[in-house]
Amino acid sequence: MGRYILRRLLQLIPVFFGTTLLIYVLVWLVPGDPFAGKCGDRACPPAYIEQMTHKYNLDQNIFVQYFLYLGKLFQGDFGQTYSGVDISTLIGQAYPITVRLAIIALIFEGVIGLAAGIITGLGRKRFVDNLVMISTLVLISLPVFVTGFIIQVVFGMDLGWMSVTVSSDAPWGELIAPGFVLASLSMAYVARLTRTSIKENKRADYVRTAIAKGQPQKRVIGIHLLRNSAIPVMTFLGQDLGALMGGAIVTEGVFNIKGIGGLVKQGIETKESMQVVGLVTILVLVFLVMNLIVDLLYAVLDPRIRYD
Amino acid sequence: MTDIQQGGDTATTMTEDAQGQPALEVSDLHVEFRTRDGVATVLNGVSYHVDPGETLAVLGESGSGKSVTAQTVMGILDSPPGFVTGGEVRYQGENLLTATESRRVAVRGEEVAMIFQDSLSALNPVFTVGFQIEEQFRIRRGMSRKDARKRAVELLDLVKIPNPQSRVTQYPHEFSGGMRQRAMIAMSLALDPEVLIADEPTTALDVTVQAQIMDLLGELQRERNMALILITHDLGVVADVADRIAVMYAGRIVESGDVYSLYRNPAHPYTLALLESIPRLDVRGQELNTIKGLPPNLMRIPEGCPFNPRCTRAEDRCRTEMPELHQLGEGRASRCHFASELINNG
Repeated sequence: MGRYILRRLLQLIPVFFGTTLLIYVLVWLVPGDPFAGKCGDRACPPAYIEQMTHKYNLDQNIFVQYFLYLGKLFQGDFGQTYSGVDISTLIGQAYPITVRLAIIALIFEGVIGLAAGIITGLGRKRFVDNLVMISTLVLISLPVFVTGFIIQVVFGMDLGWMSVTVSSDAPWGELIAPGFVLASLSMAYVARLTRTSIKENKRADYVRTAIAKGQPQKRVIGIHLLRNSAIPVMTFLGQDLGALMGGAIVTEGVFNIKGIGGLVKQGIETKESMQVVGLVTILVLVFLVMNLIVDLLYAVLDPRIRYD
Repeated sequence: MTDIQQGGDTATTMTEDAQGQPALEVSDLHVEFRTRDGVATVLNGVSYHVDPGETLAVLGESGSGKSVTAQTVMGILDSPPGFVTGGEVRYQGENLLTATESRRVAVRGEEVAMIFQDSLSALNPVFTVGFQIEEQFRIRRGMSRKDARKRAVELLDLVKIPNPQSRVTQYPHEFSGGMRQRAMIAMSLALDPEVLIADEPTTALDVTVQAQIMDLLGELQRERNMALILITHDLGVVADVADRIAVMYAGRIVESGDVYSLYRNPAHPYTLALLESIPRLDVRGQELNTIKGLPPNLMRIPEGCPFNPRCTRAEDRCRTEMPELHQLGEGRASRCHFASELINNG
């Protein structure tokens, strides 16, 4: 196991260099002048251009630029935006909001999605089954921004239970509605995946064995059946958490949340190349680590998987 | 075994009662499968019994209903599609089919236990073998983890698994097929059942391992004076361990009797055909005998004797008239119109 983790961590190195190089080159080679419009209506003075060109090493070859950037990055310096704000400060402000939003979304997926899946997987009530299958289909079909708008209109404007947008420090309470919107798609998938998984395992031989052993029904379901059915669901939730940690551009946009997703979007729109590169680097790292954790979790859940 | 449980003053009278009574008796059992395509009558009045300390082999092709009978006895028939439409399953005189659900759960494992064909899928893949054995002691008997572990190791040792101490913490996929079936046997014996049903316990194993598992089962059965119902389609397996045989065809017992006289002198053409289809080492270069045709579609069982379309000596009568179960003396019975002729000519 230890060797496996070490090997996986070593594999992260080439992936890290590959993705960061790719994103660095792409972002800086996008056509267009990053300093256009930075000085109001007038063209920027040559002295400013020269200073900025030097600051971002734009006079160097792109690969030299990349390695100069990496050198600073390894010292913990993400660089600055054109207006001189530290990018690490921006990330530091935005990340807690994204983490809060991700946790809320994951709770929705885990609680509502799992509950709906377990109820329909175990139960025999046609009505409940149809209700869940149809409502999850609706959630899967609707784009997230539509779900977001509906929530805003119904709960924000008609009922007045919440404010339509989230204030800039994004407390937990205000993130509940956006968290639900962000979770909606995966929640529907979790419900369906759980349902299918339970229905498949219900007829499994080992469940029949547990019944034939005379184990009480609660235990047959609660221990033997659900433990096996949980394997694909837990894996899905783990991978989804990785995606959620990368921020949610659409949901954050709809609710005006100042999270990582919003920063990426803003960076791309305003050609803040340094900001985009820094953010994507962080996201790549988070995603790689989350994936490793999911793979390890998989081995914990299913003893047939061995990493030796 | 019985003596220990009964004990006290009543021991003599109870033992006498128990001696006169089969450990398990199935009588006139009817089961149908209601599917979208129609109703299949899978069991059409199956009756058999097994006495304490006796081994009954239930023999038949796939689809003859031998496993369904066992599942009905255990109360693990998938329903839907399976429905019991008549008959009784009596354990020491008590009808299990009308017993309460909690009584049925209590009977499983404790009184009647079962082992399955494919041990890899029948054991839970995510729990250790030890956990699955200990569960019986912890949940059914309220034992502590430590005591349950001790008992699990003892059981693995009993079924001759080497290094039971370390094996107990392993998962089913870490066992070989034979070892896994041994573990399954250990698990079924945990609560000292009076009746053990083995549903094709050796079918998934290779031949040398098959013999070892059968020997083990026979040994344990004798030691514990258990009643053993051995479900199989393998006539070779049967000859070594069974006391009596019940041959099933299309959801009925077509012939029953003690193993020696039934092998020597079958009183039903189906049994005869089964025996003739055993490959023989001493006759070389001869084509293997097979039974022509297929078992009947259980949604449309032929009129008369269900075996008549495949039977070599069927007459007009067989196509219209369902043969009764003819008692032939000495515990022999056959459901063939010509049963007495067959047994006399043999």
